[in-house]
Amino acid sequence: MQETYSALGLSDAEYDRILELLGRAPNFLELSLFSVMWSEHCGYKNSRPLLKRFPNDGLRVLQGPGENAGVVEMGDGWALAFKVESHNHPSAVEPYEGAATGVGGIIRDILAMGARPVALLDSLRFGPLDEERNRYLFREVVRGIGGYGNAVGVPTVSGEVEFSRAYSGNPLVNAMCVGLIRTEDLVRSRATGEGNLVVLLGSKTGRDGIHGATFASDELSEESESRRSNVQVGDPFAEKMLIECCLKLLQEDLLVSLQDLGAAGITSSASEMAAGGGVGIDIEVDSIPRRESGMEPFEAMISESQERMLAIVEPDNKEKVLALAERYGIGGTVVGRVAGHGDLQVIEDGEVVGSVPAEHLVDAPVYEREVVRPAYLDEVQKLDLETLPEPDDYNEVLLNMLAHPNLRSRRSIFGQYDHEVGTNTVVRPGADAAVMRIKGTKRGFAMTTDGRGRHCYLDPRGGGAATVAEAYRNLSCVGAEPVAITNCLNFGNPEKPDGYYQLAECIEGMSEACEAFGVPVVSGNVSLYNETARGSIYPTPVVGMVGILEDVSRHATPAFKREGDMVVVVIGKMPPLRGEPTPSNEDRIAGSEYLEIVHGKVAGRPLPPDLAAEKEVADLVRGLVRSGLVDTAHDVSGGGLVATLAEMSAIGGIGFEFDGEVEIGELLGTRRGDVALFEEKGAVFLLAVSSERWDDLQDALVGFAYGWLGTIRSNRFRIGDLVNMSVEELREAYERDLFGGN
Amino acid sequence: MRVGVTIFPGSNCDRDALHAVELMGAEPVELWHADADLKGSDAVIVPGGFSYGDYLRPGAIARFAKVMVPLEEFAGDGGPVLGVCNGFQVLCEAHLLPGALLQNINMRFACDRVRVRVETTETPWTSGCERGEELTLPIAHNEGNYFADPETLARLEGEDRVVLRYLENPNGSANDIAGVCSEGRNVVGVMPHPERVSDPALGSDEGLRILRSVLAEARV
Repeated sequence: MQETYSALGLSDAEYDRILELLGRAPNFLELSLFSVMWSEHCGYKNSRPLLKRFPNDGLRVLQGPGENAGVVEMGDGWALAFKVESHNHPSAVEPYEGAATGVGGIIRDILAMGARPVALLDSLRFGPLDEERNRYLFREVVRGIGGYGNAVGVPTVSGEVEFSRAYSGNPLVNAMCVGLIRTEDLVRSRATGEGNLVVLLGSKTGRDGIHGATFASDELSEESESRRSNVQVGDPFAEKMLIECCLKLLQEDLLVSLQDLGAAGITSSASEMAAGGGVGIDIEVDSIPRRESGMEPFEAMISESQERMLAIVEPDNKEKVLALAERYGIGGTVVGRVAGHGDLQVIEDGEVVGSVPAEHLVDAPVYEREVVRPAYLDEVQKLDLETLPEPDDYNEVLLNMLAHPNLRSRRSIFGQYDHEVGTNTVVRPGADAAVMRIKGTKRGFAMTTDGRGRHCYLDPRGGGAATVAEAYRNLSCVGAEPVAITNCLNFGNPEKPDGYYQLAECIEGMSEACEAFGVPVVSGNVSLYNETARGSIYPTPVVGMVGILEDVSRHATPAFKREGDMVVVVIGKMPPLRGEPTPSNEDRIAGSEYLEIVHGKVAGRPLPPDLAAEKEVADLVRGLVRSGLVDTAHDVSGGGLVATLAEMSAIGGIGFEFDGEVEIGELLGTRRGDVALFEEKGAVFLLAVSSERWDDLQDALVGFAYGWLGTIRSNRFRIGDLVNMSVEELREAYERDLFGGN
Repeated sequence: MRVGVTIFPGSNCDRDALHAVELMGAEPVELWHADADLKGSDAVIVPGGFSYGDYLRPGAIARFAKVMVPLEEFAGDGGPVLGVCNGFQVLCEAHLLPGALLQNINMRFACDRVRVRVETTETPWTSGCERGEELTLPIAHNEGNYFADPETLARLEGEDRVVLRYLENPNGSANDIAGVCSEGRNVVGVMPHPERVSDPALGSDEGLRILRSVLAEARV
């Protein structure tokens, strides 16, 4: 037996607990149910105590964590359902299908809330493109996201990607979906009403994805390659019909509740529905339509075949539901009943072949560990700039940075995604955040995904907070009021002290930022065990944030737009932080893109974000955009001030000349040239405004520290005598195809 | 005027097209693939998407749908039909338009804005445009590379049947062709999506230049 449960990923202690809960030995079917439900992926057994730290409450929260997705109120009776989820392990071994089914899975989470999926976003991480395997993973993951999202008709409107050796062999593929719904139409997933029918909608069930959840909860190894059969295969056409059918069933008020089938298949969906409603569910396993013959009951129960949903239906509505499924050309089969007992019972040929209390399945054991500061931090936080010479040719440095895959234009990626289907996309990919409208209203919403793995590696708490701050800045830049976040916590092995510390500290930092900004966490997902023989990934919490625009026509984008516009940097409240110690050059440049790209160093301790300043300046910028004064705004992030200016110039296809009141020497202050140009201090924004409105802008900026940097003009990009090149040169570097020869 | 929009399983621009019909000032009519009935439509749009999952070949299965029977009759009688993206592929598969749409030459899906030139105004879908007029329209396709044999291409050019032409070819199309019309000129297929630029709220309504042309066909 020990061999059996170990092979299923259960520990000795967990097996003992199962014996205790059941009062008997489980059979193989029952053990399989526990194995998938008590995996980290489904059971959150290492992360649950830490996740409690996140603030979940807010005035606009209609549904917090615990359902298929979080839901927030947007005004005028509209609500957004949204969630981000990982598909890292499947994508590591079968990138196209892994990414495609990641998209399919998150769409069904949103659908399960009753919402129409209207937008997709992705956060991706790969190893450097100088390795063939990484290029393959990158190319196929992007193809998989496009292949699924384009066909299913949900636009992919934004996303982000970074490349670092830490992700070689263990890429990150996080997909976020946002759905739109009227507040009164929200659906819950709890099963109710003894005698009600359990209807399986969608595709047939095959052997694909058996033990996928368990696979996702282990480190990747050479053996992982042999687990390709654990990866599901996606059919976006079936999903499209499933979406339309479920929305029609809900519109006709034919369902009691609805749940998607994701990790752990019917087992997970049925036990969560049963436990949520305090009832039991009987599954007649032989009635599940099969894709292949000879499947064992446990296989049908834990299969992760895609494009399926589970609905609870009153017997009187059965015929109508099945008829609609037929109209949409998808399967619809009664596979069980809601029962008075509290068990998930599996019935084959009228005989009970497995029976486990649903509440135990959804209540995985919890492991709390000690949070111990890892020794590696002292090593990596050391940085001495004296050993790194200041570059003498900033033209070359800037072009190298803009051409680096971490800073280069993402156009060659998002050009492969349909980002306009649905005709709601107001701000297309390439801006700080995507903006969409709600048809028939003036309203809109914005969304962004952000992650800062390198920063979190160097300082987990500061990096966690900075991740949330970056999302807050991005939404503010487009003029949206941030409302709530979802997150996907991508970490290494939590059973190792370093991994657990990173997880705990990142969560602490993220929570502090959420509290400072008044932005609660309403949904999320964990992906632990992201390790290979080459080590752990950078701790990479990914934040997906959504916000509201009351007037969607008032928004801003980063592109420089008009010759003669004045460019202003806003850096915080007046008076500047006099009296406080001035940060050292090392602290300013720590963990920056510049250090990694130009000097090949991931080192130092980045300054933790000043959350009060972040909020003040972001709120100011949002106000300027909303008032219609500013239509060009961008936060200073990867690459620092000069790379950000260059990006705005390259996207707009128009030059910039630094000719502000500030002398170059004054701009530098006590900073080294490279530090001044490329430091990634938070709470810094760049704005452009027409010269006629310069006085208005100055009035609006009273009380803030800001400086006029220069003017948009002609086709040269010039920063004093440090940088001087044509916009064509900038664009040649910045627009290079990420799938080309690099 | 009633403008029908066909809905095949896997169509995903059907709702966008119906919305655009409203914006152009006509009455939108849903045409379900399994019903052999155009419900009195005065014009029909075959929208974009992935009908039947694009399985086998884009448009290859949709041409056998029940709604195609009255649609082919309508087209044969001179009724105005516009195929957009997947709709263009369907109309080629149904032999209502000549040629075929192959995979993009760089083997990648392409979502972008492109400049096109209106080459003829002698169709119900471009009669409201100016000959030589340039439009910026969205594209989003994996198979938009227009192909026809040299004789057919020569005929299309000679008979003024190239409707839209790319200024910068995004997919490898022969003669930079972005849209063509039938011999009777009433059936038009285009790869770019006019319905996606039919609303000033999204930054452009240049697509209405095309869609509104058909209003002139309204029966009195």
